[in-house]
Amino acid sequence: MSARPYTGRWRRLAVVMPPYAWLALFFLVPFAIVLKISLADQAMSIPPYTPLIAGGHLLASTANYRFLASDSLYARAFGNSIWFAAWATCGCLLIGYPLAYGIVRAPLRWRNALLLLVILPFWTSFLIRVYAWIGLLQDNGLINRLLLDIGLVHAPLPLLNNSFAVYVGLIYSYLPYMVLPLYAALEKLDPVLLEAAADLGCRPSQAFRRVTLPLSLPGIVAGALLVFIPMCGEFIIPDLLGGPNTLMIGHVLWDEFFTNRDWPVASAVAVAMLVLLVLPMGLLRRYLTGERA
Amino acid sequence: MTGRLSPFLAAMMTLGFLFLYGPIASVIVYSFNASRLVTVWAGFSTRWYGALLANEQIKNAALTSFEIALMAATGALILGTLAGFALARYRRFAGRTLFAALVTGPLVMPEVITGLSLLLLFVALEQAIGWPHGRGVPTIVIAHITLGMAYVSVVVEARLASFDRSLEEAALDLGAKPGKVFAAITLPLIAPALVAGWLLAFTLSLDDLVIASFTTGPAATTLPMVIFSSVRLGVSPQINALATILLVVVAVAIVIAGRAVARTRSSAAR
Amino acid sequence: MKRYPDAPAAAVDGVSLALATGEFFALLGPSGCGKTTLLRLLAGFERPDAGRILIGGEDMASVPPYARPVNMMFQSYALFPHMSVADNVAFGLRQEKRPRPEIERRVAAMLDLVKLGPLAQRKPGQLSGGEKQRVALARALIKEPKLLLLDEPLTALDRKLREETRFELVRIQQRVGITFLLVTHDQEEAMSMASRIAVMDQGRIAQMGAPDQIYERPANRFVAGFLGAVNLLPARVATAAGGVLTLDSAEAGAPLKVEHERALAPGTAVTVALRPEKMLLGTTANPAWPNALSGIVRGIAYRGEASDIEIELATGKVVRATVANADRPARSALTIGQPVFLGWRRDAAVVLET
Repeated sequence: MSARPYTGRWRRLAVVMPPYAWLALFFLVPFAIVLKISLADQAMSIPPYTPLIAGGHLLASTANYRFLASDSLYARAFGNSIWFAAWATCGCLLIGYPLAYGIVRAPLRWRNALLLLVILPFWTSFLIRVYAWIGLLQDNGLINRLLLDIGLVHAPLPLLNNSFAVYVGLIYSYLPYMVLPLYAALEKLDPVLLEAAADLGCRPSQAFRRVTLPLSLPGIVAGALLVFIPMCGEFIIPDLLGGPNTLMIGHVLWDEFFTNRDWPVASAVAVAMLVLLVLPMGLLRRYLTGERA
Repeated sequence: MTGRLSPFLAAMMTLGFLFLYGPIASVIVYSFNASRLVTVWAGFSTRWYGALLANEQIKNAALTSFEIALMAATGALILGTLAGFALARYRRFAGRTLFAALVTGPLVMPEVITGLSLLLLFVALEQAIGWPHGRGVPTIVIAHITLGMAYVSVVVEARLASFDRSLEEAALDLGAKPGKVFAAITLPLIAPALVAGWLLAFTLSLDDLVIASFTTGPAATTLPMVIFSSVRLGVSPQINALATILLVVVAVAIVIAGRAVARTRSSAAR
Repeated sequence: MKRYPDAPAAAVDGVSLALATGEFFALLGPSGCGKTTLLRLLAGFERPDAGRILIGGEDMASVPPYARPVNMMFQSYALFPHMSVADNVAFGLRQEKRPRPEIERRVAAMLDLVKLGPLAQRKPGQLSGGEKQRVALARALIKEPKLLLLDEPLTALDRKLREETRFELVRIQQRVGITFLLVTHDQEEAMSMASRIAVMDQGRIAQMGAPDQIYERPANRFVAGFLGAVNLLPARVATAAGGVLTLDSAEAGAPLKVEHERALAPGTAVTVALRPEKMLLGTTANPAWPNALSGIVRGIAYRGEASDIEIELATGKVVRATVANADRPARSALTIGQPVFLGWRRDAAVVLET
């Protein structure tokens, strides 16, 4: 009933169509193709997979999926991914929450500078930040050298190419992504509420537990869901920092594709990831954060 | 809420920042180490910077990455702004749910999946209609636009959500047609968000390894790909030097941007 | 001549108004009464489901806001933050593609009218609330619209500024001769500026007329209660003779005599509305009072220029009287708990049939 600007039908179409068409072609359609190829077989051809229809027959088969289900490697990689991502998310929360909270409580003139400091790593290369840990964690790296010099240990600790390094890498790389939603949620918190709590007899620690924490829960949930899925599918960190026991599903996909040149199996892994990981978590995220449809 | 930091909180914050910046600091420090080895400090030296600047492979890769990022960021800005605008202003239209899911999809999708799916699309397209002729810079640009527009749309939508519509109504009331309203009122006022979005997409493209690896071709090597192949073998001093340069550039850019924002805010005071 | 009969569903229903050119008109009502909807309909931001909006004889109901000879002064001022005061004011003229010299001349003249000349190059962020409002007014007036809409212009200002601005707005309106339509929930704002007021309630017009008319002679309980304080006494008609009704009121506890132009049948249930300032107080009964009651003072609120006295009648009903403090003897004699006599003239109260 209103004569608002921009609601002319042609204008709306002109605005919505370009991104819609682009995404439909370059984001949606590819998934269909992934599905199709996951049903194909590896072949010595270019491209290295069997066509869908040859000689009048449908060449699709679920062989790849049965293969994934039968080989425990994949189940282990899946399990690892979720395990690592879950604990790393907690780690991000443990380190990120005090950071965000501290920034909100800091004197106003410091706040911008502190925020800038948190955001700065986010703008620098992800790859390089992960790489930086190699120098720190390796046997003759900085940390071990420090520990040896102090005399805390007598032999270098194995800090690289194992689960420990993967945890460190995950927490480190995704920390800024956790801090920002937390900061946003904590910043919205009206300090008047804490004053009211104090007025009614709450000690600071109680006030934190009963007022601040519950009210910052949306921020916690938002941050956790924001980092969990990408962490599951992470490739660079397990590749550079991980070892034989830190198989993660993103890395498995990469290997299948680049090392084994088995596009169909890689596609099957992708579909499995989508169905078992991305879609459930995506729906959960929409449900928990109440995103508008 | 502001003003007082308990010692406990201050300590935790300091630890947090140390954690964030420790590795970065070590990279910077060791880029000036005359020795290759991290464990031995052989004196201050800029030899690795020299070696870096003479490294043709890295320089070409940097140029390629820059080129791609420029095109991708601009494409992402255009499409992402349209998408953000549609999501912020059009509450109801056929297929809105799907649209919203598609726009924010690349944000949560693991990059290995996005990369693989795009590559398979390009291969299928080539088989079907003959384009693209092999993969390279154009396919990487397309992939990065797809990823970048998701981020841009989030930024633009957020900015439009807090935009005072009465300004647009006032402009309409004073005789400006909707197109003019957008150009004279809306666009100038959301410009900072657009710049932020472009920078975001630019950085994302510059830094991307996984998607570029999937969608690239024989002729195109990006900077992250070069860095990755170097560091797979361990610490590389030239990479330290490169990292330091990138860090300094980004830090300077952010400080300049921060100052510019502060200046525009104070000139329109209150 | 402007006429707006229109009836969009629910928000505004069956409203029919006609404004004279050069008039200062007000739409007054509580929030949710539909006045804002009517305002937006006139400006062009909403379209009516049924009805017409005639401006200068042309139906504008389906004309977009940028093509109407109507301009609005927004409640939040809606000044363009990235433009200077001068550019804000010039915006409308630039849309008309006027030549530069003309624009500059008219902007300067308008800024002089609202006394903002020296601030022409400032940005809105550097202005005070009152200054921002004058820019908003200048910006809307400069296009010389057939109708200027003002959305709650005084609500955001503090009391002192409000009074100054009130006079300013009336002065400017008389100077430029443009029809002003003011929308507000503040009855003081409406009554002090407008020459005619339409009181709205739930999408309809409850009463329309000059300020003194609707204040002194409210047509129904809603209008009586909305404009200022009022004492409402339910009563029944006893007799009607010579333009005066005699009524029985259980709450008053004594017969009441009120002038009323219609002779109502005995037994009709009505409400007698009496404004507090019309009440006469005394420590002794005054035989000259046609209406006389007695009661006990229960509360006194000193307000500077007047005091509000709460009196409990013998029947238990509490009424309010307002006494000007300049009237010394009446005030100084009153204390809480004191017995007091009150009365009023036959033409002081109003009989409300609805």
